[in-house]
Amino acid sequence: MYLADRSASAPAGAKPARGRGRLRAGAVAPAVLALGTVSLITDISSEMVTAVLPLYLIAGLGLSPLGFGALDGVYNGVSALVQLTGGHLADRVRNHKLIAGIGYGLSALCKPLLLLAHSLGPVGVVLALERTGKGLRTAPRDALISLSTAAESQGRAFGVHRAMDTTGALLGPLAAFFILNAAVGGYDAVFGVSACVAVLGVVVLILFVPSAGSTAASATAGRAGGDGGPAAAPVPAAGRSDGGPGAAPAAGVRGGRAGAVSVREALALLRLPRLRALALCAALLGLTTVSDAFVYLLLQDRAGIGEQWFPLLPLGTAAVFLLLAVPVGALADRIGRRTVFLTGHALLLAGYGLLLWAPDWPALPYVVLALHGMFYAATDGVLPAAVGATVPARLRATGMAVVGTGQALARFGCSLAFGGAWTLWGAGSALAAATAGLLCCAAVAAHVLRPTAPDGAAPAGSGPGGPPASGTGDDRAPADPPRRPRGTR
Amino acid sequence: MTLSRRLLVLALAVLLLGGLAAALVLRAAARADQPREGGPAVTAGEVTLTQRDRLAFLNTAQGPHRGALASVPADAPEAPRTASGLTCRRFHAAAGTGVCLSSTPGALAQENRAVVVDAELRELRAFPLAGTPSRARVSPSGRFAAWTVFVSGESYGAVFFSTRTSIVDTRTWALEPDLEKFAVSMDGRPYSAADVNFWGVTFAADDDTFYATLGTAGQTHLVKGSVSRRAVITLARNVECPSLSPDETRVAYKKRVTRGASLWREHVLDLRTLREVPLAEKRSVDDQAVWLDDRTLAYALPTDGVVDSTDLWTVPADGTGAPRLMTPGASSPTRLR
Repeated sequence: MYLADRSASAPAGAKPARGRGRLRAGAVAPAVLALGTVSLITDISSEMVTAVLPLYLIAGLGLSPLGFGALDGVYNGVSALVQLTGGHLADRVRNHKLIAGIGYGLSALCKPLLLLAHSLGPVGVVLALERTGKGLRTAPRDALISLSTAAESQGRAFGVHRAMDTTGALLGPLAAFFILNAAVGGYDAVFGVSACVAVLGVVVLILFVPSAGSTAASATAGRAGGDGGPAAAPVPAAGRSDGGPGAAPAAGVRGGRAGAVSVREALALLRLPRLRALALCAALLGLTTVSDAFVYLLLQDRAGIGEQWFPLLPLGTAAVFLLLAVPVGALADRIGRRTVFLTGHALLLAGYGLLLWAPDWPALPYVVLALHGMFYAATDGVLPAAVGATVPARLRATGMAVVGTGQALARFGCSLAFGGAWTLWGAGSALAAATAGLLCCAAVAAHVLRPTAPDGAAPAGSGPGGPPASGTGDDRAPADPPRRPRGTR
Repeated sequence: MTLSRRLLVLALAVLLLGGLAAALVLRAAARADQPREGGPAVTAGEVTLTQRDRLAFLNTAQGPHRGALASVPADAPEAPRTASGLTCRRFHAAAGTGVCLSSTPGALAQENRAVVVDAELRELRAFPLAGTPSRARVSPSGRFAAWTVFVSGESYGAVFFSTRTSIVDTRTWALEPDLEKFAVSMDGRPYSAADVNFWGVTFAADDDTFYATLGTAGQTHLVKGSVSRRAVITLARNVECPSLSPDETRVAYKKRVTRGASLWREHVLDLRTLREVPLAEKRSVDDQAVWLDDRTLAYALPTDGVVDSTDLWTVPADGTGAPRLMTPGASSPTRLR
């Protein structure tokens, strides 16, 4: 049992060297693959609808989409609150799978409801419900991925999940294409098939995803123990939190382990210095990250791309993201998640720089899209991986939600500010301001997140290898630094 | 549950859901080919834009000719219709030139095109579009064609909309890709903003003047513009989708009834006195109306209980009378003289 139990590597100082080797060759946890499959299926269903929704609303229902665009801003705010609720609820009932399942189920329910909504009001309500479902499930799902994976391979696990997720997003429009080719004008068929696919995703979730992400249960493949009732699940999960970060505040939080997670404990999370730093930096960087829509508009504006290529721009980013998610995630495990996270933003900076300079290269759009995709690969899965290493298991979902919400709200604020700046100063100046802001924020984040040993001990032996070595030690939360020989990375 | 039991349940679910999905697709496919009972009679035939005294429109009735350009005699709009082979989402024609906006689902993304056709509906020039087609107009002389599309910038879950209006000169094929590059003058002062959107262009007979809607800062304005000077000035507020009368004295438009709501009431504005008259149509009209003659307007309203289908209605342009159903299962009317 001990050999199969990767997460309990804390007690043995010498074990990690061998364990790490086995980890690299080891398979990804079945829970991660199951969640990846659920995300893949669900994304096929969502993107199928998204691909035809504009045409359906405008041509089919004769709606004016300008009001529709305004609703989108409201959704972002709602989605952030819902995410916090979902994360906290999941920890509170100690059943991540249940909350995630409710989220997926709600989204699945909304697909057939679209068929019944014939004007902007009901359509807005249905789409808001779908966003609510999405917000509910994000934090518990990420917490499940994190809890099912050893601390050493969180980056790769999230990379696998994100890659499967993006695959689904790319397959969705293809499915819509085939259906509309077979049945001309058959929007009801598209929505109906989307609903069926979404239900299939929920079925896979119920059957194959374990309840609380206890590593022992999911590592022994095929055993039913993983989802054997909520009562069994919390005990292993709580047991695993022995391997959680040895930080003093966490121990205090863990004191009342037998009791339910309360809001006060959740708020106490913010007292964790590591988490606070991570959340602040994620928010700070989110505040200067121009949203995707603007990037594509800027690219079209400054690189002079023809009209017909405009809808394909997001696919470029998605393709690069898909290809790089797993390798970059594994890289993050090896050289430090915070390093990769910051490097991702540096790549985005390079992209903005190129857009600002706008040289007359024919390859400019491809380069910018590649940098954009690399940015997502280096940040989208790596941030929850870094959070997962910082937060104790019983508050994992709340931690994910806190950081994720902070980043989402910051990005939303940035897009409002960027839109305003574009209005007042024009595209070039607004982009220059965003680039300068991102540079400053990245510098601050690099300083704040500079690796120190956990528990606030002096940055021991931050010798020549400096950041990467001790950075890795930081992220490998379960291990006690003095016991881990520096030489063996 | 053991693994094998779970796989069995999964297999059952796949079969059930897959069967249901296939049934839905097959049902929709069958429906696309069969005309509905009691629907208008459609036969394939020839439609030319130089035919006299006819009404041309896009057929939205279910059946094999759905979306095709069709025509009927102007004095018998409910007569059996002749459908051509041209399929569009939005169509308009004048003086033997037509513009057809089409949208077909593509493997990676939607393929949207604007096609300028001659009187025999042969393709003269095609232009790729950046988004979903919305409005189309041809100038009375047939020289200029304008269209509006909705551009959506998509990221994971975030969708926003913006319009792009283009004008093409069919003599030189010079394309003005984005009306937002025109100079805007509001209340006598130059105006610029990033949220400026134009839509609903309507041309005057002098091959230079046009009217359109300008949306900015949550308000819509009627603008009068000049193609040659590349400038527009605002005339009035809360005027959307204007349509210039043949005698060029009045503009028919939709006026938003309450702020923020998607409810419009069709009005006619006298351009000399700037007095507006509400029309007898009390329902919300979300369409750019077409003047059948100096006294009558035609517009499309969604068909009751049928998705993706509209009917053509007419109403007198002076605010009197009552709306009348002209042609069921049709959109994009054009009067061929």
